[in-house]
Amino acid sequence: MGEVLVITSGKGGVGKTTTAANLGTGFALSGKRVALIDADIGLRNLDVVMGLENRIVYDLVDVVEGNCRLKQALIRDKRYETLYLLPAAQTRDKNAVNPEQMRQLCEELSREFDYVIIDCPAGIEQGFRNAIAGATQAIIVTTPEVSAVRDADRIIGLLESEGKSDPKLIVNRIRPQMVKKGDMMDIDDIIDILAIDLLGVIPEDEYIVISTNRGEPAVTQPGSLASTAYKNIVRRLSGETVPLMSLEVHDSFFSRVKKFLRL
Amino acid sequence: MLDLILKLFGKESSGSKNIAKERLRLVLVHDRVNVSPQFMETLKDDMIKVISNYMEINEQEMEVNLTKSKSSVAIVANIPVNRMKRGTSIQ
Repeated sequence: MGEVLVITSGKGGVGKTTTAANLGTGFALSGKRVALIDADIGLRNLDVVMGLENRIVYDLVDVVEGNCRLKQALIRDKRYETLYLLPAAQTRDKNAVNPEQMRQLCEELSREFDYVIIDCPAGIEQGFRNAIAGATQAIIVTTPEVSAVRDADRIIGLLESEGKSDPKLIVNRIRPQMVKKGDMMDIDDIIDILAIDLLGVIPEDEYIVISTNRGEPAVTQPGSLASTAYKNIVRRLSGETVPLMSLEVHDSFFSRVKKFLRL
Repeated sequence: MLDLILKLFGKESSGSKNIAKERLRLVLVHDRVNVSPQFMETLKDDMIKVISNYMEINEQEMEVNLTKSKSSVAIVANIPVNRMKRGTSIQ
């Protein structure tokens, strides 16, 4: 039986879909069989982030309603043959599916795949309940902002009341320069507040915008900071111990002088 | 050292992250107190059980509430005592 991971956050726009795409692709890069599920019915996006938007025939709701077999709805990735996507329906809403159906779907997929990764919609309503229903492990994505951390805290409470304990945290879009200046909460601040285990830290990286424009997850292009950070998370989830990458900022002599003179 | 000099010149900004942390801490204190009436009833029943070992209390008049002030949360209980039980003096 494979693992079923749900990527959730409460707040929108913190990087759930990007994280789901990169973790899924990252696992596929190391030869694992992966099924990505877009659970954001009505606002699907994982397909465009993966660059698979032109290949959709059937979707999650079609599978649940029995309009097609599961195998027919799974889209194989163009680059990695062990990576599949089950897209969300775009013209339906969250109520088209219920938690029990999601549980069954996840169970069926986890028999075939090493990892099933669910991209959860923002919010705490039906869509959230559906997305977490079949998960064996929750991964919470947050950014170093008051609103995102607050929502993450709420999600941790809701997961707990649904019996999903021990979620793991990814802090996304950290800007080391701002942290150094004391103008952004650092990892320790956030861990201190949320009191859950840290899975990884993704620095703010312009390359994410470029890779999303192209529909190629950042992990497929080695070299960028975000790519390395996502690969490290994949390794940690596979059981390796990987230290956090250094995000130290070294001031140049010139910038120190400038800071000193308040220029 | 550099920080010290900047401080001497009064040009050190305290950094907005501390403001963020403090605001977050307060907002979470309030968010996390969102407890159900059922929870409060259970808490009240358990309190009655424990206190009844030592004294006879007026359960009807008893009040147990969670109060939120700006920076903290407290349980405020007002429990009228009818009489002390015999032989409950603590050795």
